[in-house]
Amino acid sequence: MNGVHDMGGMHGMGAIQPEPDEPVFHERWEARAFALVRAMGAFGKWNIDASRHQRELIPPAEQLRMSYYQRWLTGLTDLLLKHGFITPAELASGKPAAGIVRQTPALPAQKVPAFIATGSPASRGSAASPRFRPGQPVRARNLNPTGHTRLPRYVRGKTGVIDRVHGVFVFPDTNAHFRGESPQHLYSVRFLAQELWGADASAQDAVYVDLWEGYLDAD
Amino acid sequence: MQDDTPHQHGEQRIPSDPALRVMALESLLIEKGLVDGKALDALVETYEHVVGPHNGAKVVARAWQDPAYKARLLADATAAIAELGFGGLQGEHMVAVENTATVHNLVVCTLCSCYPYPVLGLPPVWYKSAPYRSRAVIDPRGVLREFGLELPQRCEIRVWDSTAEVRYLVVPERPSGTEGMTEEQLAALVTRDTMIGVAHVQPPPTGTKR
Repeated sequence: MNGVHDMGGMHGMGAIQPEPDEPVFHERWEARAFALVRAMGAFGKWNIDASRHQRELIPPAEQLRMSYYQRWLTGLTDLLLKHGFITPAELASGKPAAGIVRQTPALPAQKVPAFIATGSPASRGSAASPRFRPGQPVRARNLNPTGHTRLPRYVRGKTGVIDRVHGVFVFPDTNAHFRGESPQHLYSVRFLAQELWGADASAQDAVYVDLWEGYLDAD
Repeated sequence: MQDDTPHQHGEQRIPSDPALRVMALESLLIEKGLVDGKALDALVETYEHVVGPHNGAKVVARAWQDPAYKARLLADATAAIAELGFGGLQGEHMVAVENTATVHNLVVCTLCSCYPYPVLGLPPVWYKSAPYRSRAVIDPRGVLREFGLELPQRCEIRVWDSTAEVRYLVVPERPSGTEGMTEEQLAALVTRDTMIGVAHVQPPPTGTKR
């Protein structure tokens, strides 16, 4: 979707404000929200692409106003409601509905170390050979899907060169909508800054973007 | 209007709205048996105290000291980082990119805030912010200038936009004056910002005991 989350190349967002000796979390609720997202994700009812897309669906004005962990909290709450983990009545009262059966956590404390150490690899085995090879010129397709995509607007229609082949990876555009993993080759594509931003950009510089095969055409 | 009651202390403030919402959500999920409170504690503890940029600093220091390790890191970063015991969540697929006198690498995620947890921990606020995400790809030199880094025009800047599940680690340049230092001493020089690519590693102050 052409949302405000797709920020590459936008102007007017203000100065970058690094914070010396920044804590990992600024407030306890941020830490708890972070942990809740991970713990509930362990049920496997949704995937990383679906959770990213849920945050993209937050109305744009709110999305821009929210802090990072506010977006995480809102995205998580929406997913919990959507997938039936909680009801709107329970969310409003903060209490479980009468007579519900107590469930078992997907991520008990003793499984946390393995959960972190393993992660969730997004690469998939495949016998298919990559369509493009390093050094080959490609053009990013001018796609404008209304659903989730990881093809940023600033590269659409632009020409680059395959820098490397990462392997075969889950395709976010289908996975985010539970339409299957549709694994396909993923490439790092090198775009010259002047191709993306015009003649005023530095002739020396380049942007490397990870793009799936379905986003690319041979040029 | 602010209520400036004289004897009010910071910790007595009414929790902000998200704080209340998280507290309510956590207790609801625990009561329903969906979440183990101790698992939440363990997750927080891991990222507050165990995993952080000191991990990435060890990787960089090893690469500086050991050319064979550096070659493995640049060829297959996931495997090379795993040699030092790091990997997993949000670092399942790693790529290391090396800064030299003529190439400077900078990492961003314009679409969200993807970041290599196992080597750098959780991202700082500025990395997740709209100003950085919007400008790193269109004006990397301006962004670096804001961080106090002026790069010569002949130096090529490579910006890596983490649009997939591949996570990038910048191997910064080893500063001069560090010959003869141990791997541990070198690691102490390597900061988070140098591994994102918004800073150079500073040489040790002269007169430092080796």
